[in-house]
Amino acid sequence: MTIKTRGRLMYTAFVAPAIIFFALVILVPFLRAIVYSFQDWDGISSNISWVGWSNYQQLLHDTAFMKSFVFTAKYVAVTTVLLNVIGLLLALGLNQAIKFRNVLRTIFFLPYVMGSVIVGFIWQFIITNLFSEIGAATGWSLFQKNWLSLPDYAFWSIVMVAVWQSVGYFMIIYLAALQGVPKDMLEAAEIDGAGYWSRMRNVVFPLIRPALTINFFLAIANGFKGFDLNYSLTGGGPFGTTQSLAYHIYTEGFGRNLFTYASSKAVVFFLILAAVTLVQSIVLKRREVEL
Amino acid sequence: MHKRENQRKPILFIILSLLAVVVFFPLYITLVNSFKSYNEVVSSVAALPSAFHFGNFATVWKQLNFGGVFMNSLIITIVSVAGILMISAPAAYQFVRRPGWVSQCLFLLILSSLVIPFQTLMIPLVKVASELRLMDSIPGIIIMYWGFGIPLAVFLYHGFIKSIPRELEEAALIDGNGIAGAFFRVVLPLLKPVTTTIAILQSLWIWNDFLLPLITLSSKKNQTIPIASSVYFGQYMNEWHLAMAALTMASIPVIVFFVFMQRNIIEGITAGAVKG
Repeated sequence: MTIKTRGRLMYTAFVAPAIIFFALVILVPFLRAIVYSFQDWDGISSNISWVGWSNYQQLLHDTAFMKSFVFTAKYVAVTTVLLNVIGLLLALGLNQAIKFRNVLRTIFFLPYVMGSVIVGFIWQFIITNLFSEIGAATGWSLFQKNWLSLPDYAFWSIVMVAVWQSVGYFMIIYLAALQGVPKDMLEAAEIDGAGYWSRMRNVVFPLIRPALTINFFLAIANGFKGFDLNYSLTGGGPFGTTQSLAYHIYTEGFGRNLFTYASSKAVVFFLILAAVTLVQSIVLKRREVEL
Repeated sequence: MHKRENQRKPILFIILSLLAVVVFFPLYITLVNSFKSYNEVVSSVAALPSAFHFGNFATVWKQLNFGGVFMNSLIITIVSVAGILMISAPAAYQFVRRPGWVSQCLFLLILSSLVIPFQTLMIPLVKVASELRLMDSIPGIIIMYWGFGIPLAVFLYHGFIKSIPRELEEAALIDGNGIAGAFFRVVLPLLKPVTTTIAILQSLWIWNDFLLPLITLSSKKNQTIPIASSVYFGQYMNEWHLAMAALTMASIPVIVFFVFMQRNIIEGITAGAVKG
């Protein structure tokens, strides 16, 4: 055996397992999703017909799909703002020398490591039982309503729980960025007479910009993919008003067995996320040049 | 100036502490209610239990077969993560050290798949999995996790291996090791920090994952913790006391893991987010 063939053999032995499992679990299903989206098939019968773009045309007039898209867009917008604002504020607070800093950090981060389905169930209990009790005790009308049965309140319930669960994660990333801001730079600015807000605006924020971009896009991508809370907290209700895109595709594909039609929605879903990622990489690239 | 800021700190401390109490409160409520009888939960959620009944836990343990379910989650997580690491590290190593057009194409292909959301794949995946007889089987779901875990692992390994100087491996090669020997004896030990990062990220994801087990594991004997604990939230659910005990039991393993591994988890998550 020559050295060259030995090297090739070694290369194949190292790389092949990754390629095989990747192809099996990601590549083949992905290509099939695209194929399905141009077909009409119930998932069981042997009769599969090609239908061209008709799934996609039908999708444009699908009010349930559009409703889930609007819900998701609203959800993404609200959670992106809240997670970043609250996460940054917590990080700024915990970046100060205060008592029990590590304990506080641990508590804020704790919900993130729990499964979001379990989190959704915990909050379902809290909202249906504890909130009504608070309402009865205080007489506040806000807590006397059953949040999960009113569309607007159900939306804000999911937002609240999502923020409760993930804000610690955003806080951690901002905290890491804040700790990377050199102390002597801040001291120099202070000596030059810069106040707290001036130091924030002119020294800290420009230096943590990369973390800001990362967190911003992370919140958008995670928001679009939201499924677990919609499943466990509201079940998509009331009246389907809290169906996220991911949850909608799930119910169409596995609840109603619309395999091929749901696949066209899944492909559109992919295109949305791909666009978000593309914009992100462009923004990050431009930043790199600036720095 | 300094003085004024120092005076503000007790106020900051009080605000953050109050917030921490609010954040922790739902977990406290869950724990407290898991010790109550059904009537106690219904009469008041906020009140403390009259006595600490461990009966709910025993009932839930039996009804869910929690021991078996816990073992399923543990086996799936450990074998999946171990597999992802063992498959991804060698591949990433070759992609870095033998950078031809083949490596370039394969790496880009794997990398770009990070954009694909799971929900785009799940319908055809079920079809592929049933053709390969991977449905409703623990080895089957492990194989699927290997596939889903590879892209991020290869990406993080690739970035790390690039920073390792080549000379170390060359010395090992001169000492009479083959490429495989150099990889296993020299490179693999150097990868420990990134291996920890990947292992933590993937463990949390697989342990808490809900959707893949939901669509691929149908029989009761194969259930994982998130699936089993949703039993009490079915259509006819009103056994809140058992539900709270189930959620408490479901949360304890991951909270214990977090408390012991806190530093590693936070470092891993920061590294994963910044690079990913």
